[in-house]
Formats: sequence, C-alpha cells, structure tokens
Amino acid sequence: MCDTCGCNITVGNQHLVKQSGKLSRVSQGQSSITLLKNLMSENDSLAAHNRTHFDRHNILAINLMSSPGSGKTALLEATIKKLKKQFRIAVIEGDLETENDAERIRKLGVPAVQITTGNACHLDAHMLHDALHGLDLNNFDIVFIENVGNLVCPASFDLGQHLNVTLLSVTEGDDKPSKYPVMFRAADLMLLTKIDLLDVLDDFNTHKAIKNLRQLASQAPVIELSARREDGIKHWTDWLREQLDAQRHRVSLGQSLKPAIQPDGIQLHADAAETKHHHYHIHFQK
Amino acid sequence: MHELSICQQLVKQVEDIALQNQSFEIKKINLQIGPLSGVEASLLQHAFPFAAEHTLAKQAELIIEEVPIVVQCDQCGLKTHAQINNLTCSHCDNEKTHLISGDEMLLLSVELNTLQSRNDGNVMELNHV
Repeated sequence: MCDTCGCNITVGNQHLVKQSGKLSRVSQGQSSITLLKNLMSENDSLAAHNRTHFDRHNILAINLMSSPGSGKTALLEATIKKLKKQFRIAVIEGDLETENDAERIRKLGVPAVQITTGNACHLDAHMLHDALHGLDLNNFDIVFIENVGNLVCPASFDLGQHLNVTLLSVTEGDDKPSKYPVMFRAADLMLLTKIDLLDVLDDFNTHKAIKNLRQLASQAPVIELSARREDGIKHWTDWLREQLDAQRHRVSLGQSLKPAIQPDGIQLHADAAETKHHHYHIHFQK
Repeated sequence: MHELSICQQLVKQVEDIALQNQSFEIKKINLQIGPLSGVEASLLQHAFPFAAEHTLAKQAELIIEEVPIVVQCDQCGLKTHAQINNLTCSHCDNEKTHLISGDEMLLLSVELNTLQSRNDGNVMELNHV
C-alpha cells in the first residue's frame, strides 16, 4: 500500500487522508484503521513490476481487447506483415484453450507465447509475468498482448501494458460502447474492424459508434480498418510508430505510461505480490 | 466481475492488517465501490461470507458505500451527476469531462477487535493463516 505518494487520493476521499494508516479508537476494545487501498492491489503491484520490465528493455506493450471473433489475430497478422522488417515484434496470446492463435503468429516468423487460461476469462498480471519468461526481452521493440475475447473482464485487470486497444467489428452493432462502458472507456484507441463488410450490412452506423464512445467522455482516436483488405492499416501502423516513439521518449525521462482505464485510486507503488497458485498453462515455442 | 476472487484477496489484506495490529478479529470492513469499477457490490456481499469463512474476517460486517458517478466538465467547470454510459456534462452537454467519482474499488478502513484478552479460539485461525 502506498503510504507516501498520494496516488490513491481523489477528490472524493481526500478527507480521509489525514487518518490514513493510523489506528484510532472507536470504542472500548475496538480500533479503526483508515486505508484507502485498492482492491486490485495484488494484481496491480505485479502489473507495475511487468511494466518496469518492459520499460527497462525499451519495449512498447499493447493490450488488444475485444469480443471473441472481432479480428484481433487477423489484425496482428496484417500488422506483422507490414512492420516486421522495421520493428522486432513478439506476441503473447491469451485463450481458454488451444494454441491456434500463437501458431498463426509463429507462421509469420514472430515469436509467440500462448497462455491457455483453462477457465479464466481474462488475463491478469500474474499470467503475463509468467509468460514473459518465455521471451528474451532484449530482442523486441513492441510486444502485443492479445487478451481473451471478452468485453467484460479484461478491462479491469492491469497487466503492465502501456496502452489498451479495443476492437469493435462492424457485425457487432454500433451500440456496444454504451453496453460495455468499462471496456470502451478503457481504450486508448478504438479500432472499428471488418469494414470491408459494411457493403453488406445495413445496421452499423460508424458515426453512432463513435458518438457512443464520446459519450463515455473518451477522446480516444478511432481508426476504421479491414485487416483482410489492408484498408486503414497504415493509420494503425502510423499510430503504433508514434506511440513507440512517445513511450521511448518518456522512458528516457524516467517516466512511463499506464492505459486510460486506470482509475484515480490505483496504486503506483504497491507492495510486491506473493506467488499464487494458478490453474493456467503457458506454452512456449517448441 | 470476479467478486469471489476479489473477496479472497480482500480477506487476505484485512487479515494481514489485523495481525499487524495484534488483532484476531475483524469487526467491520468498509469498502467504496463505484459503478464504473467493473465490480458489483451485491455480488461482493454475496461472495464475502464464502471467502471469509474460517478466517479472522468470518464475523466481519462488510459495509459497501456505493459512490455516485460524478463528472467535472472541462468546459464549464461544474460537477454533475452522470450515467454509467453517458458521462456528458448535464449542464452544458459537453462530452469532455473527467471523472470525480464513480470508478472506485477501495478498501477504506477496517475495524478491529483489539482487546488483548482474546483466547484460544484464535489458535485455529492463526494456524489457518
């Protein structure tokens, strides 16, 4: 728990700050301790540790989130084809079962580590930490984390990434940002995918999708693209380039970046987490 | 979202705090949960007894303050209540606001029984911990 930097203080709880950590008598034999500790602190402290690893190796870490089937892996394939001569890329894949996605990445000559979670519907900092052991971080510029396909839970688990990218495919409906506000508020960038299908759809309005995102007080940029047709891919890769430069600049100044979602109350310097037993498996390339 | 595992982590946190303060009984746990945290207060209440069983928190009352969503407008500066998927300023309809409250998932405080005369009923709990 951070006692010093005040990162947990918000306008809503600052009145409690003076009492923080101090034991005060409430009644005979009872004492109260004020804490202001985030409930996700164990995950978050390990996420901070992962972030430090990335920063020490000057890596940009991007977390891709979406519903299952929105095109995360296809996007990575198109991205790798475009960028692998200029940047050294690695991918960490998250799925409940199979190594299918990691195999697709490896076919393109890029290292991929597959986390099979078994029944966990999201990745967490612990899983990412273990997966990072499968990569020599000295060798990469960008690490993509393809999260488990799920519009609910992944948004709430900091992994140690710098940026969140949320995909919304045009077959899913333009009201998804309103239906899943936590996930879409978490996005530093929203990608509208499969735009090649707009010709055959009559119920997806791009302006509405963007409006719904803006109503979440999100000013995240929106890029429309088709991985299959390579439409819009250049805007995406330009964005990646900018973000890599910006992050490296920050690191040179001793700073880093956390994704949009991290609420005001999140800790930046939490205590080290204990090892927990997890029922997930990591598959390293054979 | 993952309320049971959050309760399990919570119980561990409060047990550590209790032991640091020479207490073997947690009486009350105060949380602050906002709608944009991704955590459901009612599910936390439901999961808590399962997580707290056989721990120093087994008799603890879990009090959850559900905080409202309040935004401050970047344009007019006013603080207004907002909805979970509509965070625009109620006063001037501006979409550029920042969240003052509503995404918290905080352990605010714990109340501990710090009577020194707690007896052997605690031995089992210590072994468990």
